Amino acid sequence: MGERQSSPIPNPILEVRDLHVSFDTPDGEVEAVSGLDFELRHGETLAIVGESGSGKSQTALAIMGLLAQNGSAKGSAIFGGQDLMQLSQDELNEVRGREISMIFQDPMTSLNPYLTIEKQMVEVVMHHQRLRKEEARAHAVEMLRAVRIADPEERIRDYPHQYSGGMRQRVLIAMGLLCEPQLLIADEPTTALDVTVQAQITHLIAELREKTSMSIIIITHDLAVVADIADCIIVMYAGQMVECGSARDVFYHPQHPYTQGLLKSVPRLDRVDDDALQAIPGNPPNPVSVPKGCRFRDRCAYAMDVCRDEPPLRTAEGGRASRCVLEIDREDNPP
Amino acid sequence: MSAQPQSSAERVPVLKVQDLTVHFSDHVGHVFHRTERTLRAVEGISFDLYPGETLGIVGESGSGKSTLARAILALVRPKRGRVLWLGEDLTQLDEESMRQKRKDIQVVFQDPTASLDPRMTAGDIIAEPLRTFFPHMAPLQIEERTRGMMKMVGLLPNQINRYPHEFSGGQCQRISIARSLVLNPKLIICDEPVSALDVSIQAQIVNLLRSLQKKLGLSLIFIAHDLAVVRHISDRVMVMYMGRSMELAERDAIYRKPLHPYTNALIKSVPIPDPDLARAARRENWLTGDMPSPYHPPPGCVFHTRCPYAVNRCHADIPALRRMEHGDWVACHRAEELDLSVRE
Repeated sequence: MGERQSSPIPNPILEVRDLHVSFDTPDGEVEAVSGLDFELRHGETLAIVGESGSGKSQTALAIMGLLAQNGSAKGSAIFGGQDLMQLSQDELNEVRGREISMIFQDPMTSLNPYLTIEKQMVEVVMHHQRLRKEEARAHAVEMLRAVRIADPEERIRDYPHQYSGGMRQRVLIAMGLLCEPQLLIADEPTTALDVTVQAQITHLIAELREKTSMSIIIITHDLAVVADIADCIIVMYAGQMVECGSARDVFYHPQHPYTQGLLKSVPRLDRVDDDALQAIPGNPPNPVSVPKGCRFRDRCAYAMDVCRDEPPLRTAEGGRASRCVLEIDREDNPP
Repeated sequence: MSAQPQSSAERVPVLKVQDLTVHFSDHVGHVFHRTERTLRAVEGISFDLYPGETLGIVGESGSGKSTLARAILALVRPKRGRVLWLGEDLTQLDEESMRQKRKDIQVVFQDPTASLDPRMTAGDIIAEPLRTFFPHMAPLQIEERTRGMMKMVGLLPNQINRYPHEFSGGQCQRISIARSLVLNPKLIICDEPVSALDVSIQAQIVNLLRSLQKKLGLSLIFIAHDLAVVRHISDRVMVMYMGRSMELAERDAIYRKPLHPYTNALIKSVPIPDPDLARAARRENWLTGDMPSPYHPPPGCVFHTRCPYAVNRCHADIPALRRMEHGDWVACHRAEELDLSVRE
């Protein structure tokens, strides 16, 4: 998917096929992701967008082998010629951190409050890159400088609580980049942050993808945040992909009524329009009782009788897809 | 201090906040060299709020916006200043008199799932203020009022016996709003009411608050860190930074032609859901660095450490919040010379 011409390697770096994630809960088996297929090319930035409960985070956790105890995943995730989902925990540990890094939403809970940033960063490098301590430290300082921490030689000796929220998120990104991974997965990296810091972090990610050949998966509930950094976008709803395509296609020609609704509900400052925001009515379905047929049907303005049947994922050229019976018509859909 | 020159000439504000200042002190250091340090959470905030008006208060975390809300609600004691509610100074009231005032002034908090008691049903949560203030009210009457409230905020009255975990985040925020309305208040203070919600649900809650306000003639104080959300609900907007008011202006004025460089920075930080515009705007975003430590605010203008327009004067003199010709307020030495108009 996506149409990045500059990509020197035709093979995808990550290929996910028929991914299913389910959880064993007191209410019975709950399916969080129901059959997801996608691929990510070398150097490409993919945004997975969806509301809470859409399965976007569970997708990433399943690929990384980090599901909660009661969770289980089926399907395949081919990365570097091997299926991540068939690897043992030890083998996964080697891949995680060295070839794939993951950044989580809350920087305070992802950092160990009892250890200095130096201790936390240097250990990772020493373990994965087999560097000596002084080399590892120099590398860590360099990474902190890359994410624009002022006085990194000094600040590396501080504890996490001595950093502001935005700085902690930048430290986490620096830690994610320490081993120069081929793939960086960022789960809501800006959600807990102020808009000003959010802008700083997205600019930092934009810069990184220009300077390195790293592939990035960024997971978010806010389409607006990824407008400036995503090459392609997958929109998820209730455990399924409902739309995917290049960022320009999804933003300028959204096909699925849910994507259209999401875009309209973003409050904007760059347009002077009517005061009322256009909300999507209703609430996302409870994962315990997902509606039959089209899962968005109850909230959709275009819902018809045919939507009682499960709609197929219609695909078109350029990696476009939409899970809606309405025809994909690229001309007839003004932004 | 009124920032509404024409329309509000004869109107009387419901709330007048004057020079409100809140400091927190704590002790640091070892047993033998303990030093007291002071956090200036809110510093000399003044504004008027009129009946049926919404004032948006915007600022980053640590700007003092939530402490300001708590000071207005008399949940923290201010160091100086007054909070005049219909002419009566709330900072001087004893606990019982303040408790009575809470019928008029209600609050909605950020995280609906954390601020609702998980062991109470939706109905009990909404009815609790009624039972507290009107202990002799008949149960049937309470239930009728509760169901009415649920309908008003878009919940199904037959969900009255459900518990918070059975509702989604947006529905929980509707429960909080119903509870805040049940006593017919005149003012609701909403402290980041939509920050924890999904984008599509945010829009629902903002629209709900707007329509309730119109229907009931409420005054609203809407606190948020997101300027874009605030724009859709506010009549006027106050921008706070490190406890101070940087700018207080009519909604359209503040978004078309911000007077303070900090307001401009906040506007420029709002993500644009359009790949071409977002990429073009990336070069314009210039707010760098972090907010200074609130224990050691910089001398002069508190924003000068991050301001691209700062001159020598900004390092030394604290700019007063002053009224510009067209009636908006700004605390910047260079407000007249700078043109920060937003291109459309």
